[in-house]
Amino acid sequence: MKTANANPVFRALADPTRRAIFEELTRQGEQTVHALTRYAGVSQPAVSKHLTVLKRAKLVRHRREGRETHYRAQPNALAPMVDWLDQYGAFWRKRLDSLEALLERMEP
Amino acid sequence: MNGSGSNPTEGTRSVVIEKEFKHPAEKVWRALTESPLLAQWLMTNDFEAVAGRKFQFRSEPVPNWNGVIDCEVLVVEHLKRLSYSWGAFGHDSVVLWTLTPVEGGTHVRMEHSGFSADQQQAYRGASYGWQKFIGNLERVVERLG
Repeated sequence: MKTANANPVFRALADPTRRAIFEELTRQGEQTVHALTRYAGVSQPAVSKHLTVLKRAKLVRHRREGRETHYRAQPNALAPMVDWLDQYGAFWRKRLDSLEALLERMEP
Repeated sequence: MNGSGSNPTEGTRSVVIEKEFKHPAEKVWRALTESPLLAQWLMTNDFEAVAGRKFQFRSEPVPNWNGVIDCEVLVVEHLKRLSYSWGAFGHDSVVLWTLTPVEGGTHVRMEHSGFSADQQQAYRGASYGWQKFIGNLERVVERLG
């Protein structure tokens, strides 16, 4: 199992406000920090902090235009999470087959 | 990416596998909770079915991983539900087993969730629905190809 790289993505999306911000960006496309602050209903410094975490997980990208910073979602960054699910899916299916084999071997 | 019978809205958060066994729940429960039996189909372990008990699963070390999974028993509901945290690669996830007796056997549902229980709890109270988020995420993931 090579799931180490899913870590930052899970960590970033573990927070409900960050999930909401990421969702808003996937839904609405590019947004300014101001717009995201209005949407999230928390302070702008809080939103900026959340965006930094999302940025570190490569879930968002930003660009500056004048005084505004614009953010957009990078859905490809979800790939490690999808890999995690794929790998554990395969892992558990195999293990459940082994469980079935064990149940056959066990005394009733 | 999920087992049969998985809820599509859970798709990007959990691995869900459901399976029916032609064995009574008592027997399945033993295989899930008795350490030597558990070792035979899952991994070497020092598991004890006591809520709050910390334990480890151990598999063969591979490059960049010592093969240890750090766990803690979260829920023990005799013959019905068993849950433990699953810590590997510095990421905490949660495994939940649900047993339901059916005619001629036991229906077993295994959910391995990518987020820990408190993270899901916190989200339930938030104004944005998980389902809505996941619904969007599903579409996003589909586009990844």
